[in-house]
Amino acid sequence: MVTLKVPVTSRDHIRGSQDAVVTLVEYGDYECPYCGAAQPIVERVQQRFSPDLRLVFRHFPLTEVHPHAGPAAETAEFAGANGKFWSMHDALFANQRRLSVPLMMALASSLNLSTVALRDALATGRYAEKVQADFIGGVRSGVNGTPTFFINGARFDSPNGAFGLEEAIDRLLLATTR
Amino acid sequence: MTELLAKGAQAPDFTLHVTPDQTLSLSEFAGRRVVLAFYPADWSPVCGDQMSLYNHILPEFRRYGAELLGISVDGVWCHQAFARDRKLHFALLSDFEPKGAVARSYGAYREAEGVTERALFVIDEKGVIAWSYRSPIAVNPGADGILDALEGLPATENKNGDAQGSRNVA
Repeated sequence: MVTLKVPVTSRDHIRGSQDAVVTLVEYGDYECPYCGAAQPIVERVQQRFSPDLRLVFRHFPLTEVHPHAGPAAETAEFAGANGKFWSMHDALFANQRRLSVPLMMALASSLNLSTVALRDALATGRYAEKVQADFIGGVRSGVNGTPTFFINGARFDSPNGAFGLEEAIDRLLLATTR
Repeated sequence: MTELLAKGAQAPDFTLHVTPDQTLSLSEFAGRRVVLAFYPADWSPVCGDQMSLYNHILPEFRRYGAELLGISVDGVWCHQAFARDRKLHFALLSDFEPKGAVARSYGAYREAEGVTERALFVIDEKGVIAWSYRSPIAVNPGADGILDALEGLPATENKNGDAQGSRNVA
């Protein structure tokens, strides 16, 4: 079984309760269409299993094939440093088909974030190291493409992609005596 | 199913085309580490396909002094188009004629389908297999096993490990 090598810590972006029984870690890329397609499923999973589930998102940008994935991940980190990671995360996926730096500026502006500060952060690569650390951690954990999910530390492999998540989490919760 | 060559075996040498007019031999890599990644075919229909993924991990492989070689039965022109499309920065070898001969010598050929297995080999500086792994054909094995194997090798003293390789054919 392939397992998550990098434990979830306070350095992570976590959505949901600290005491959740299930931790779902997603390694994703804002420009990957498969991640975009998984997004509504991930949202549904969160709604359905709250408060038993928390979601962690880590960056796995395939920058050679997705030229905007790097800046998008850094933009999300920039928003995160200003307490708005998840709002930016949702906005980036919602606008996946037209990702560009000007669009990221507009999204920052709509979230009342400083576009000057964002431009500066992207130009200096302030969050590039954090994004790269996510990527390498993913590689060491056996992330083999995007999106890759880990449910309580075990890699979730399914021929149906994210569609199998609900069933797998159901089974896990049934097995957990609460 | 034939047995994959295992740890301790000498890696069979080969000379294969990497472009229509260039060939590459394993023996050229003597003194360096090689990651040999057999995969069934170019053009897997996902963005995180195995070769694209490895393309992003190249700096990590090179940090451990290893060069990456992809290998499948696809022809050189197919490889060239695929590498260009995915912006690959490493060589793809064409085990095309006689078809699959090199894969067979590594125990990594699927006779029924006529394609190579999804099989990974880490070859050390002396040309000895340090680690091998066969993945289920439909499962992209990722790179964690390769990196664990490279990490487990004794520290390298070679000077060329981080170089682009003697030939940048990608």
